[in-house]
Amino acid sequence: MSAAPLAASGVTLATLAKDIRLEWRSKDAINSMLFFALLVVVVFAFSFDPTAEESRQIAGGLVWVAFLFAAVVALNQTWARELRNQVLDAYRVAPAPPNSLFLAKALGNFLFVLILECLMTPLFVVFYKLRALGPGWQLVFVAILGTWALVVNGTFFAAMSLRTRTREIMLPLLLFPISIPALLAMVEATTMILTGEGRARFWIVLLATYDVVFTTACLALFDKVLDAE
Amino acid sequence: MKKAFPILAVITAGLLSYALYEALVVAPTEQTMGDVQRIFYYHVPSAWTAFLLFFINFVASVWYLIRRDTTADILALVTAEVGVVFCTVVLVTGPLWARPVWGIWWTWDVRLTSTLVLWLIYVSYILLRRFSTSGQTPVLAAALAVFGALDVPLVYFSIWFFRTQHPQPVIGGGGSIDPRMLHVLLINWLAFMCFAVLVCWSRYRLERLQRDVDETMALEDLLDPRSSVR
Repeated sequence: MSAAPLAASGVTLATLAKDIRLEWRSKDAINSMLFFALLVVVVFAFSFDPTAEESRQIAGGLVWVAFLFAAVVALNQTWARELRNQVLDAYRVAPAPPNSLFLAKALGNFLFVLILECLMTPLFVVFYKLRALGPGWQLVFVAILGTWALVVNGTFFAAMSLRTRTREIMLPLLLFPISIPALLAMVEATTMILTGEGRARFWIVLLATYDVVFTTACLALFDKVLDAE
Repeated sequence: MKKAFPILAVITAGLLSYALYEALVVAPTEQTMGDVQRIFYYHVPSAWTAFLLFFINFVASVWYLIRRDTTADILALVTAEVGVVFCTVVLVTGPLWARPVWGIWWTWDVRLTSTLVLWLIYVSYILLRRFSTSGQTPVLAAALAVFGALDVPLVYFSIWFFRTQHPQPVIGGGGSIDPRMLHVLLINWLAFMCFAVLVCWSRYRLERLQRDVDETMALEDLLDPRSSVR
């Protein structure tokens, strides 16, 4: 019985490795995400022109909106890439469990968006003169849980929007309403940590709950969405 | 069943007129808010009806995912559409009341925001159904409905942290209400429920007919491809 999960994790790792290799060679997703996030940062900095105190209040919102928009750019490419040469159809008839494919895709996107966040954070700090007045190490939890929250649902809805006429437009239309509680939690937690007012623990727990609930839902429903043709 | 429809239509029309009379004339005027408060007889029943329809949508979607039953799928579609209409009524009548009473049109309070997010989720549900090209639209829509239902408690808890300004729910919330007002409220709810059932019913028949027509046309094309000029 232990062979099945082992084989599943093998498929996940193989698909993940393939996606990382593809991304390493083309750098499509990461480049477009980086440039997009950079544009958002610059446009927001121009339009608000905040002082250090003001930017502490608004930075949580700015950072996560920028990352959310940038993540959508990468998410849209995840499955569209597999449509060429009928790769997705091959996946569908392959005996590999659909969930290991989903996990590979979600983990890949998670990795790409995390890299983007690591690269963009110094820029935010410089442009918005940020310095955390609360416990800064909590931001790591917020970033990891928050990114997973966006990416797990994003990967699922990207697979859904493949089947629609307006592919690229459909993803944000589906993803944003469902992500509102996660986004609120990320923004509130980040703002609390930056300003040092209040404790972010409630929001971090809420994010973790959101992650658990929707990861379970995605894994339970993904095979139905993959087979929908 | 076909005879039942006009009967229900007549009953609904009668109930709606009676409820209107009760709400505007019979119900006592609220002491501090005055006549503005009467919008409550439309706002609250619409909200209850919308939430009930969304709940039916969720149950029908889960049922569809388990059994792949076409009736459940059409029911899910119909309740989502009619639910969005009632939810829109809630979101429009709310600010109309809030402006004179609270002095503001809108506030990011837990009930207002949750209702708005619920409305957004179901609008995206309808958009998905509209734009989906595959024959498996029902599966995708049902999956989205499940996601939306899972989201509702999370939305509620996340916004709960903000200060709540909305009046306490009149039933089961510890708030007090004049029994005559409650009577009028319940009559209005009954009328609105009948109206919702009526609209859902005719929309259901329309959707059924539409699908039958599509199916017949596809079948005709399949049997004799040369005869079709389309």
